[in-house]
Amino acid sequence: MNNVFVYCEIEDGIIADVSLELLTKGRTLANELNCKLEAVVIGSNLSGIEKQIAPYGADTIWIADDERLYPYTTLPHNSILVNLFKQEQPQIAFMGATSIGRDLGPRLSSSLHSGLTADCTSLVIGDFEDKKNKKEYENLLYQIRPAFGGNIVATIVNPDCRPQMATVREGVMKKEIVDANYSAEIKSIDVNNFTNSEDFVISVIDRHIEKSKINIKGAPIVVAGGYGVGSKENFQLLYDLAEVLGGEVGASRAAVDAGYCEHERQIGQTGVTVRPKLYIACGISGQIQHTAGMEDAAIVIAINNDENAPINQIADYVITGDLNVVIPKLINYYKNNSK
Amino acid sequence: MKGLKIVVLAKQVPDTRNVGKDAMKADGTVNRAALPAIFNPEDLNALEQALRLKDNNEGSKVNLLTMGPDRAAEVIREGMYRGADGGYLLSDRAFAGSDTLATSYALSCAAKNLEYDMIICGRQAIDGDTAQVGPQIAEKLNLPQVTYAEEIIKVENGIATIKRRLERGFEVVECPLPCVITVNASAPECRPRNARFVMKYKHAKAKTEIAKNATDEEKALIEQRPYLQITEWNVNDIECKAEELGLSGSPTKVKSIENVVFQAKESKKLGTSDEEIDELIKDLFANHTIG
Repeated sequence: MNNVFVYCEIEDGIIADVSLELLTKGRTLANELNCKLEAVVIGSNLSGIEKQIAPYGADTIWIADDERLYPYTTLPHNSILVNLFKQEQPQIAFMGATSIGRDLGPRLSSSLHSGLTADCTSLVIGDFEDKKNKKEYENLLYQIRPAFGGNIVATIVNPDCRPQMATVREGVMKKEIVDANYSAEIKSIDVNNFTNSEDFVISVIDRHIEKSKINIKGAPIVVAGGYGVGSKENFQLLYDLAEVLGGEVGASRAAVDAGYCEHERQIGQTGVTVRPKLYIACGISGQIQHTAGMEDAAIVIAINNDENAPINQIADYVITGDLNVVIPKLINYYKNNSK
Repeated sequence: MKGLKIVVLAKQVPDTRNVGKDAMKADGTVNRAALPAIFNPEDLNALEQALRLKDNNEGSKVNLLTMGPDRAAEVIREGMYRGADGGYLLSDRAFAGSDTLATSYALSCAAKNLEYDMIICGRQAIDGDTAQVGPQIAEKLNLPQVTYAEEIIKVENGIATIKRRLERGFEVVECPLPCVITVNASAPECRPRNARFVMKYKHAKAKTEIAKNATDEEKALIEQRPYLQITEWNVNDIECKAEELGLSGSPTKVKSIENVVFQAKESKKLGTSDEEIDELIKDLFANHTIG
């Protein structure tokens, strides 16, 4: 009872990275709260799935295995979690801020009348004083996220309702194996008991999911472009630089919205989070929504016409000038110096 | 075929995409007055899907429902200029301080006053980016939900066929009516205002607006033409529990708000000369950042 729960997403028999990242975070918090970490997997053909989960430190793995549960649809997954959570009374529940987690999380929070904070960028345990009602709370989950277009960072708490729920985007937390042989207790969920036939009214009649081809998350060097790159054609320069450096191309939301670059390359609060050893920001002004996704880069080079661009304040090297001039020179001097 | 009754949920939001220097007050709070209020972008995508269904299903009606201060009637007028038949404004101090759960409770209570086959809204609003209100309304009304919709392909025999845009692909689902659908920004843009509708509805106003700033001619005109009266509801016009509204109905509390301040770190400033770029590359090789 009162444990930390993580809903594990599954695609083609593989647990999503974001779920493993949340298990890692959940393990740390469970240690701090002196409680257990429990994982929930809902899908079909799940035999052996626990082998992917246990190493991340799950003490209990709940499995709901039924052919009607994959691909994901909202209602049966929600019913299972509602019933399981009513039975187990978790204090904290996490899911990925994915098209599944952001569909399921709010429905679940409404069913359980509990608070949910979307797209958290940090989760820590702390105390809270409700001055108005003169109540003090210990060991609440601080759900920290940028809000209002990234102009503020808000710390949200759920003092009275349980579970305290949060979604987190892929790549925001780190995943880390606790012990390859970590032993977890497997508990199977009676699907018929936890769902009813009305939960299966939506049918998925067609589905095309591509494996991600672009791997900016794992790239050691990221060359990212913003709106200031100016056009899709100019983005080619970034690809050229990324190629000689052995990196990947990323983009800010403004560049993606302008059609310069595909959505999969978007970095920031509403895209992926990267931690490369070198981040080259080209024509990126550096709004907090973007920097939230790259501020852990070891070295940042900012190339911008505007010497007052916010990105310059977090950059190790600030090059003020035209990226159309600077990037070819970078390529040129890289080639000259690499022997 | 009998037409569809469609309710589009729309929100008036501060334009957080165009935040200027005066957007934050000295005390770190948001200066809403400095931000233009706009029709939430994804709610416009939702409106377009509703209007397309109306185009293809004779006899259909599209009505907007919004919650906000009296100026939020602007989004209802905007929707009418683009082809909606009318709208409802839910406005009361009792809703102030609502988190997503209290918001969806109030909106779901208002929706119970209406007849609908579908409730369509944008996936999320740009002032919060939570994407929670749509699914929470669906839960409160005990309806199935389809989120991340890119296209409502068709509605036949009480079943909607909907294409959803996911991170790495798409899926097509069939969902029985009534249902709640949230629409993605990847869906087609909303059609522009229609000059004929602008002429027809430019004097449309809600109760509070009429009391505050309608001229006598406008009042007479609205009297004559009932379609110019935007329905306005307060907390007494919907069946709801007071403790579920506003701050008291919100499980989440804001513990603290921090204005975002970038931490300045020592940065090396460079120009674009050959020597400076060469030096930089040499630096990066020397500390094994590249190589």
